[in-house]
Amino acid sequence: MLDQTEGYITADGRQIGGTLMEMKNITLKFGGLVAIQDISFDIREGEIRAIIGPNGAGKSSMLNIISGFYTPTIGEVWYKGAKRPPMKPYEVARMGVARTFQNIALFEGMTVLDNVMTGRLTHMKAGIGAQALWWGKAQREEIENREICEKVIDFLEIQNIRKTPVGRLPYGLKKRVELARALAAEPSILLLDEPMAGMNVEEKEDMSRFILDVNDEFGTTIALIEHDMGVVMDISDRVVVMDYGKKIGDGTPDEVRNNQDVIDAYLGVAHD
Amino acid sequence: MLKDIFINPFVDMVEAPDFLLQVLWEGLVSGVLYALIALGFVLIFRSSRIFNFAQGIMVVFAALTLVGLHSFGVPAWISVLLTLGVMFVLAVGIERVVLRPLVGQPDIILFMATIGITLFLIGGGEIIFGGENKQMITEELGIPTGDTVLEPWGGLLILQHLDITVVVVACALVAALLAFLNYTQMGRAIRALGDDHQAALSVGISLQTVWVLVWFIAGIIALVTGIAWGARAGVSFALEVIAYKALPVLMLGGLESIAGAIIGGLMIGLMEKLFEIYWGQPLLGGNTETWFAFVLALIVLLFRPQGLFGERIIERV
Repeated sequence: MLDQTEGYITADGRQIGGTLMEMKNITLKFGGLVAIQDISFDIREGEIRAIIGPNGAGKSSMLNIISGFYTPTIGEVWYKGAKRPPMKPYEVARMGVARTFQNIALFEGMTVLDNVMTGRLTHMKAGIGAQALWWGKAQREEIENREICEKVIDFLEIQNIRKTPVGRLPYGLKKRVELARALAAEPSILLLDEPMAGMNVEEKEDMSRFILDVNDEFGTTIALIEHDMGVVMDISDRVVVMDYGKKIGDGTPDEVRNNQDVIDAYLGVAHD
Repeated sequence: MLKDIFINPFVDMVEAPDFLLQVLWEGLVSGVLYALIALGFVLIFRSSRIFNFAQGIMVVFAALTLVGLHSFGVPAWISVLLTLGVMFVLAVGIERVVLRPLVGQPDIILFMATIGITLFLIGGGEIIFGGENKQMITEELGIPTGDTVLEPWGGLLILQHLDITVVVVACALVAALLAFLNYTQMGRAIRALGDDHQAALSVGISLQTVWVLVWFIAGIIALVTGIAWGARAGVSFALEVIAYKALPVLMLGGLESIAGAIIGGLMIGLMEKLFEIYWGQPLLGGNTETWFAFVLALIVLLFRPQGLFGERIIERV
């Protein structure tokens, strides 16, 4: 199934697999505005891949392309060794791509547990009729879903707020619930849109730890967007750097840190 | 005059508790049906932001289809199943032809579209089944028609078996719906879609599936209400007017609250009956049931625009 590209071994000794997802020459235009210009990169199985760049660099647009919210104007998305046809976001989700949002998109009127349970919708097999009648298969599925969700809830240490309506939670916890919902889907690839935006140092540390643990424990491939350089460099295996819709760097955190274009983009240099 | 308003009605209530019970019971029966129709509205509104003007006519259309099929010689229970089938096809059709092309349009356009659906159903129903008043096939469906007479405190309380059946069936349907919404994945999907479209898409919820489902549920509700009301008042397009009673119920209960729809329905049913018997008939010449609910809704709107139970999500900044 997977591309036969050789994997690599990370600095901390983890084995990374072959290519799980590949973006080939992606260009995205909104009318006359070019948001992303001819960008290619890959995401390997089991790695933590970061996309960084200053505000307005096109990072979120890239994530929206991966998750199917945007369709690229030019270019192809390859997933698990096959070219992905244009799809609706819910279809992409059912193929094992889970995501969180920069501005938190939770179901505010529902409890934490119900929110996490919606993460299991991608695995729904029993028909609507069977569910309505609470028939054997639907019932078994519900129990199985519940078990998986409880595990995720334990893992992210949000047991004590399971029954709380999400609308009442503080920001940091909401972010964690959103991560829980994405994890409940047992995704092949987890997309995190600025998971640490708006957090204080302590919350950032917590979130970093959870991201590393998720990757470690479940072997989940993670692609994340951040503009906070420090955290990203600490937790990611490889980094794509974007600026004004173009890719200006790609490699390990160390390689990227010493890349002149990246330094210019971040420290500011007059663009010609 | 003041005595007539503030004292006499209550004296009457206390002096004839059996009659009060009778009034409350009749109020409860209509209340349960209002609640059911309002629930259909709420489900559609929550999941698609569409104010479904056609809910009332769906009640008539379902009842007409049922009676019409039976008059073509189809056995009663097969007619019920076929009518459910028709309601499902209707749900799929509405999603395909009306909702899908209008996704993302302003709410008012979708609202106008449901008025279009209303007109279509009125026309279609009349062409196929004719517009004259019809008898609901109560006996053929095995719905009991007798009555039970109770004598609380030596008084008199008459419970129509039809009404008992209506209350039991409606309560069972509401309970089943609540269980479905709260304890199944599809139910969660419906609630989730009401809360946040973008997030719903990201967890793999298909708008189309959920829309067909909620319109079909609204269709089932329409059929049950149609049978219940048809059995009491006959099946004609006048039933539609009764279904519009769900509008004040929604104003009272809030457009998005499932609990609000239920409580609002019961409240309107009980209050309009009480008002009619104890204030309307002696003071205003009766027939207040046609407008009481709307005036009540207006008063509620003045003080609580989101309804008594409307969901207000706490916003944090």
